[in-house]
Amino acid sequence: MAANSDIPDDLRYTKEHEWARVQGNLAQIGITRFAVEQLGDVTQLELPKKGESVAQGEVFGTVESVKAVSDLFAPVSGKVAKVNDSLFDKPETINEDPYRAGWLIEIELGDPSQVDALMSAADYKKLLAEQE
Amino acid sequence: MSAAVAPLRRTPLFDLHVAAGARMVEFGGWEMPLQYQGIIAEHRAVRSSVGLFDVSHMGEVSLRGPRAAEAVQRIVTNAVGKLDDGAAMYTVMCYPDGGIVDDCIVYRRAADDFMVVVNASNTAKDLAWMQENAGPIAEVVDESEATALIAVQGPAAVALVARLADGEIASVKRFRFARAAIAGVPCLACRTGYTGEDGFELACPADRAAELWSALMDGGGTPIGLGARDTLRLEARLCLYGNDIDQTTTPLEAGLGWVVKLDAGDFIGRDALARQKAEGVTRSLVGFRIDGRGIARHGYAIVDRARPAAEQVIGQVTSGTTGITVGGAIGMGYVPVASAAPGSELTIDCRGKDVAARVVKGAFYQRG
Repeated sequence: MAANSDIPDDLRYTKEHEWARVQGNLAQIGITRFAVEQLGDVTQLELPKKGESVAQGEVFGTVESVKAVSDLFAPVSGKVAKVNDSLFDKPETINEDPYRAGWLIEIELGDPSQVDALMSAADYKKLLAEQE
Repeated sequence: MSAAVAPLRRTPLFDLHVAAGARMVEFGGWEMPLQYQGIIAEHRAVRSSVGLFDVSHMGEVSLRGPRAAEAVQRIVTNAVGKLDDGAAMYTVMCYPDGGIVDDCIVYRRAADDFMVVVNASNTAKDLAWMQENAGPIAEVVDESEATALIAVQGPAAVALVARLADGEIASVKRFRFARAAIAGVPCLACRTGYTGEDGFELACPADRAAELWSALMDGGGTPIGLGARDTLRLEARLCLYGNDIDQTTTPLEAGLGWVVKLDAGDFIGRDALARQKAEGVTRSLVGFRIDGRGIARHGYAIVDRARPAAEQVIGQVTSGTTGITVGGAIGMGYVPVASAAPGSELTIDCRGKDVAARVVKGAFYQRG
């Protein structure tokens, strides 16, 4: 399946199917192709505002698809540095391009060592294989 | 999943769904296509052109014999007597207390032969109910296994079916049906549906269903999964058993008073419904719109924050989704009659967050 093989090597993952792209002290956050396939068409989302704090493992927003609502869990703690506002007008971007244009927020890392606790692409792939 | 679950049943079209790339899910004990290309695209295909739905999981039960009409009337609330051969009607079956056993469509194939199409998840329960209550005066035959059902819906649906039909079919009126060969497959072609669009539901022998489905696909039909079936029926404000109606709700509360004909005969539930009609209902199923953010889903509480904390829940959302054609978020729910008038403001507890909604009149979507 495409959803189980579309797992970029340069990202880190959570077991709740979020990804983090870490560059310096910033982490861009999104949801994985697998998550998107499970959700189906995304129609609404709720995200924190710039400047708000999020905590690793805690809910930072929700994504509503036609058929379900899902919580979004923060892969790392920190302050929200950027929000992908374009998604509010075009939520389908998350379905179309979950790893690039469909990013959700950017977090200024509070504790960079938290990144180490996230899964590698290989580990995430293993997780999906176990869930099959 | 627990290991003790009974194996899921499959329709005769299962292999075709898988080959078409459908995502299959469990529904009412069946393994059914949730979606093929995506719910939004499928929903739009039905609104703009023509969609194909495999609804072979639904149950078909016939009641036969010289007292068949009487037997059907014993268990349904709508008037069987107004049906002639080739006519169908929407109705509900009720318990003695007025709660709903199931909603269904009754077809009069002949004066001594009626077919009742019921919900997949209720087929076993309904069959037992029919045998118990209609069985003493009519032969109750479960035709579900032998029958496949394909819904063809959308503005181009009638033309598609007509092109494949051996005779004139487009003149069959709404809630009427005719026997016809469609793509060479013998069908009962019924001008009914569950989408708010024009179209047919084609009942055919299970072993010929794949042939019919393929011809409809080749003719330009788009396969539609259960996901879009739900968004389409909700825009048309049609009830789903298990969501909007069940054994704890009566047809009068559900806005289905138009299928309750108290003078039709001594049907099960009549006394309770007559009483409720005389006294008036205390709650009603309403349609609502959410204009801001948020989607209300089945089971969310409808609240009145002005009341004491323990009494704030005044109703319940029964269905809710994104209005793919009509925009915004739409839903249905039960509210006290005082809050049921169009324009009434509602507050819905969407996972701990209060969202404002307002009651709207009639269907969210009406075809042009």
